[in-house]
Amino acid sequence: MLQYITRRLLTSLPVLLGILFITFSLARLLPGDPCRAALGERATDEVCDAFIRREGLDRPIPVQFAIYLGDVLRGDLGDSFRQGRSAVEILIERLPTTIELALLAMIFATLVGVPAGIVSAYWRNSAIDVGTMIAANIGVSTPVFVLGLLLEYTFAIIFKDTPLWLPPSGRLTSGVQLPSLAQSLNLQNLSGFSAGFLDFISRLYVFNSLVTGNWKVLWDALRHLVLPSMAVGTIPLAIIARMTRSSILDVLGLDYIRTARAKGLKMRAVVFQHALRNALLPVVTIIGLSLGGLLSGAVLTETVFNLPGVGRTLFEAITARDYTVVQAFTLVIALIYVLVNLVVDVLYAFLDPRIRLS
Amino acid sequence: MELADTTLRPTTQALALSRWQRTSRILLRNRSAMVGLFILAILTFVAIFARQLATHDPEKPLIGLEENVKKRADPCIHALGCPQDQPEHYFGTDGNVRDVFSRILFGARLSLIIGFTTVSFAILIGTLIGLVSGYLGGWVDNVLMRVMDVLLAFPSLMLAIAIVTVLGPGLINALLAIGIVSIPTYARVARASVLVNKEMDFVSASRALGASDPFILLRHILPNSLTPLIVQGTLGIATAILEAAALSFLGLGAQHPTPEWGLMVGQEYKNVFNAPHLTFFPGLALMLTVLSFNLLGDGLRDALDPRLARTRTG
Repeated sequence: MLQYITRRLLTSLPVLLGILFITFSLARLLPGDPCRAALGERATDEVCDAFIRREGLDRPIPVQFAIYLGDVLRGDLGDSFRQGRSAVEILIERLPTTIELALLAMIFATLVGVPAGIVSAYWRNSAIDVGTMIAANIGVSTPVFVLGLLLEYTFAIIFKDTPLWLPPSGRLTSGVQLPSLAQSLNLQNLSGFSAGFLDFISRLYVFNSLVTGNWKVLWDALRHLVLPSMAVGTIPLAIIARMTRSSILDVLGLDYIRTARAKGLKMRAVVFQHALRNALLPVVTIIGLSLGGLLSGAVLTETVFNLPGVGRTLFEAITARDYTVVQAFTLVIALIYVLVNLVVDVLYAFLDPRIRLS
Repeated sequence: MELADTTLRPTTQALALSRWQRTSRILLRNRSAMVGLFILAILTFVAIFARQLATHDPEKPLIGLEENVKKRADPCIHALGCPQDQPEHYFGTDGNVRDVFSRILFGARLSLIIGFTTVSFAILIGTLIGLVSGYLGGWVDNVLMRVMDVLLAFPSLMLAIAIVTVLGPGLINALLAIGIVSIPTYARVARASVLVNKEMDFVSASRALGASDPFILLRHILPNSLTPLIVQGTLGIATAILEAAALSFLGLGAQHPTPEWGLMVGQEYKNVFNAPHLTFFPGLALMLTVLSFNLLGDGLRDALDPRLARTRTG
């Protein structure tokens, strides 16, 4: 197992370097000169000369890449000239929103998608199966932003003044406040990395309110997350349902299932005790891989629901031509994506010995 | 040689014909593929005859041209009881007082063009990379595939956004970005199929006859790799349309006053509470278009991939 993990880690190294090279090139491929791209159109020539020397932009490209690598390894992702603070600081502030959204969407997609797939496969070609698959097809075909807007309209306008009403935007109702973990745990004198980390997890509102037992805020935060997670989670949900169904049906065609049936086992026992365990293996991969879709969906969903997350920030940074932030956020998103793929692969190898032994 | 030609041609034609017949027969029996094809046929009809079917100019505001016309007016169809003194707009009007119905019709034209051009571009480049990579193997294969891995390491929409940032917003650049982002998929599909086909006896035979590498690639391997590419391409059109709409929604793709569905939603989404029809109709059009390609792609996969059809139990 350890050998497999090492091998898998080594194979992701070139990909990591490639990602770094792309984010590195991003800042250099941008139209116009890098100084005015970083400092704004009104930067004077003297300021620019100083900037170019300071950033090493007059040095050869390989040297510049090495400098960039060093910066990234030290955790320095540059400063946003629009907001006048470091990109890492902005990440600490915005990433938790997206993580909460992605996780909740993933939970929603899995909890609904897997059972839907099982039901569909169990009663194959029945009305339930056909209905589920039609719904799944419509699900993968609906643009995230359209679905988000329609959900918003349905739950905020049509269900207005009913218990089904849900808030259409933001993370918390205005007026509701959640103290940071540093405040609740009396850890205000922390500094550096640990302070940043504590600040980061404080902003995971669901986690924070759960840990500190702040049930009112927890309820409020969850209610705000329902619609966005449904919007982002629907496409993965549909894919998971289809995958689960076809995977179970594939497994049901195998010899060992026929043996189990021939022994006189009931269909239900065969499906749940014999087929499911093997059939869910590819589903694990799909669940992991759908994270990329979730992150892409997050840009659109955060725009629709006005959530201050990574996607929304990235988009705002692009329109504001705040390239340091674009570079930093693109890098972090790609890193998260690679990391999740790695975890999924390792998990898959753990579940299926054939992978790690081949 | 001439004799061989005359005896061979009818055989290959018959084979090609029977394969086409088999495919179309399976497709005709596949209900979801037929639904997809039906929606697509309507869309193509609408796209071709958009100018004849449209009731208004899709890009011109109607202020001053029509009496009583209002901004973001609800849909009004006289036959369904809408008062006669109000101007008839099947899908209402938008924030710039343009006829939404006409814009949706012209949007069909644009969406189909977007889907086909991006996927053609991606298939062309991707197949070339896949063919070279799979056929040559060795370090060429290694380098090309690692580059593809890096492209796949980014969530596709994010990468497309990054590329548009570099190129600047606009429909053409957005299409280019989506094309680039989807290259790795086709490169991988083409490569996998080359790896299988290059070990086939007919390839060895051709090589023994002295055929050159480019000849073998284009004449023997490429035609045999087309099936998975066509299937992937059909499904890819669906993804491309969704991504182009997403970029336009964010303001990075098609620009005002182009009647693009994603842009139509993007310009009006803040008014969803008082004018939901401005989100609903373009959204529905997008959903139906994407759905048709997804259904057709799934059907084609069942019809064209005998291996899949045999092992398929569902």
